[in-house]
Amino acid sequence: MRTFMRVGAALLAAGLALSGCSGGDGDDDGEADGNVTLTYAVWDQNQKAAMQELAADFTRTHPTTTIDVQLTPWEGYWTKLKAAATGGAAPDVFWMNGPNFQLYAANGVIAPNAEQADMSVYPKPLVDLYTYEGKNFGLPKDMDTVGVWFNKKLFDAKKVPYPKDGWTWADFQDAAAELTDAKTGVFGVGAPLSSFQEYQYDTIAQAGGFVISPDGKKSGYDDPKTIAGLKFWTDLIANKHSPDLKTMTDTVPLQLFEAGKLAMYWGGSWNVGEFTGNDYTKDKVDVAPLPKGEKQATIIHGVANVVGAKSEHPKQAWEFVKYLGSKPAADILGKKGPIPAYEGTQSDWVKAHPDLNLQTFLDAVDYAVPYPVSKNTAAWNEAELTHLTKAWSGEQPVDRAATDLAKTMNDLLAKE
Amino acid sequence: MTRRRDRITEALWAYAFIAPIALGLGVFYLWPVLQTAYFSFTEWGAFGGHEWSGADNYVRLIHDSEVGRALVNTISYTVLGLVSIPLAVVFAALLNRKMRGAGVYRTLFFLPVVTMPVAVAMVWRWLYNGDYGLINYLLSLAGIDGPNWIADPATALYALVVIGIWSSLGYNLIIFLAGMQAIPAEYYEAAALDGAGPVRQFFRITLPLLSPTAFFVSVISVIGSLQLFDLVFVIAGSGASARANPAYPRLQTVVALFYDRAFVTNERGYAAAIVMVLLLIIAALTLVQFRLQRRWVHYA
Repeated sequence: MRTFMRVGAALLAAGLALSGCSGGDGDDDGEADGNVTLTYAVWDQNQKAAMQELAADFTRTHPTTTIDVQLTPWEGYWTKLKAAATGGAAPDVFWMNGPNFQLYAANGVIAPNAEQADMSVYPKPLVDLYTYEGKNFGLPKDMDTVGVWFNKKLFDAKKVPYPKDGWTWADFQDAAAELTDAKTGVFGVGAPLSSFQEYQYDTIAQAGGFVISPDGKKSGYDDPKTIAGLKFWTDLIANKHSPDLKTMTDTVPLQLFEAGKLAMYWGGSWNVGEFTGNDYTKDKVDVAPLPKGEKQATIIHGVANVVGAKSEHPKQAWEFVKYLGSKPAADILGKKGPIPAYEGTQSDWVKAHPDLNLQTFLDAVDYAVPYPVSKNTAAWNEAELTHLTKAWSGEQPVDRAATDLAKTMNDLLAKE
Repeated sequence: MTRRRDRITEALWAYAFIAPIALGLGVFYLWPVLQTAYFSFTEWGAFGGHEWSGADNYVRLIHDSEVGRALVNTISYTVLGLVSIPLAVVFAALLNRKMRGAGVYRTLFFLPVVTMPVAVAMVWRWLYNGDYGLINYLLSLAGIDGPNWIADPATALYALVVIGIWSSLGYNLIIFLAGMQAIPAEYYEAAALDGAGPVRQFFRITLPLLSPTAFFVSVISVIGSLQLFDLVFVIAGSGASARANPAYPRLQTVVALFYDRAFVTNERGYAAAIVMVLLLIIAALTLVQFRLQRRWVHYA
């Protein structure tokens, strides 16, 4: 019995020692000498280098603060962030987008700004996007609008003139028809369901429809004009000027465009890095404004840098966010990344690729419409796909799927 | 008195030795099961925090067509996946001979088992690609226009089953091989003396004496198939990218649905209710298997 007790005590002590060791890791970031490491979570591989450069530049002026840039690919970013926030371990500073913002702000996961910053230097739709109950959360980092990227080689091969400013839906549909070639497997354009920002939301606005009412209480999907905006795409699939949904599930339109199988690709200003870096597209693409429907429209969106409400270093985190929202940071970002949100810093971004008509994306700001969001955007985003997949695969007519969607979405909005 | 003390000491030593594993089992398996059972009666906020909601989750579950669909998919996958067992028996019998390169074949069959499921699913995804996949290229040589295997509702589930069988065959095969080698050679010698050929020996000796192994393998594979997740997650993705796949209604398994509800739409209480149903189904099926084994399993 005594032996047992002794061994038992030894086991217990060993257990305590082990747990003691692991418990010690938590706050071991060298606070004793005033040095602080902030975690900064981002999702874009193409911008990682620019983010690291910004982090290094910040450390130069704030030598006691180092920034650990953590890249999580888009597919897993929000799942991981939500899990981390639930466990009280959200990063100190992280990228936020429109669809998720209200959820994070309403649940106190992100902190309102510690002091009033000058918001007039950022585009108003973006400042509004990141305002919740009258308070600003974080600072806009970049902005993006949508354009039609096109493959000049495929246009030349079919002797189709390049898209011009002021072109219309009819011009676009004609071009898509002419560029489609069943023999070489080339389609005019892809009409996917995977990202509404560059496709459905834009054409809905162009057709004069709406996704969600301005008060965020009612779905617009049963509006005939909204349905016209959806039909724009399903017609392209039905006419075989776009690959069908099955093909685009196996090989996404971006891959098809970069393999020369799509002549046009509706993409954002954020695609510049992708297309200038890709060996196939780098000397073959240019960009034009979106075609005009009933009116001219594009979605404007932008990412903001926000401070986690549970950050152990809120002061340093806010300093870093302020730096990221400043002109010097915007100048660095504009040379390597997306369009900076800071007023007057966009010209470097345009000049970085003089062979591309990047001014298109800046001109689009004048007629841009805000990204549709509500408090629980993710819930009706899922409903959009569940219903519209049926229209895209041809299982249901568009108006039927859209009307069903409106019903589901209205139920979800009522629960918010 | 001393003998009794010795016995107590002995028992305490035994508990001390199983304590680490029992603790691990308790903390990492039993406790979460109990917690999940409790959570299935609660409603969660988007970032944690929950409150008692009674049977609400179960009421919703009964009316949720997605749950029914996921159950049908999961059970179809499980039943079709049982084909792996007779296949494994046949291949094990073929490999259980003195032949050149038996080791090489065994390794080849076992390789998928030790390969990361995510890597396996990625490679199959490329093989299955409708326009650029190897499978459709080979079919095109024979003049056949193959479908978009994992994006077509008509083929998606079967495509998944093929990957499942391919990746579990090696594991089942090794267990059957071990079972075959445990059968005493005298039985075969006696049977040969009585004039039984190899085919007859297989059906009269090998198969009946393999039945305990087959029982074990069938229980393990049914439980494994009912919990299918990783393949679906890599082949179809989750959240938006999965739902834009027209075949997703045929690919979504119960655990995939659980993941969507727990981690994409943040309805953790509802997700807990979904896995509780799965737990009950697994328990019921395993019980049925144990009952049925009395009819067909022969312990030598």
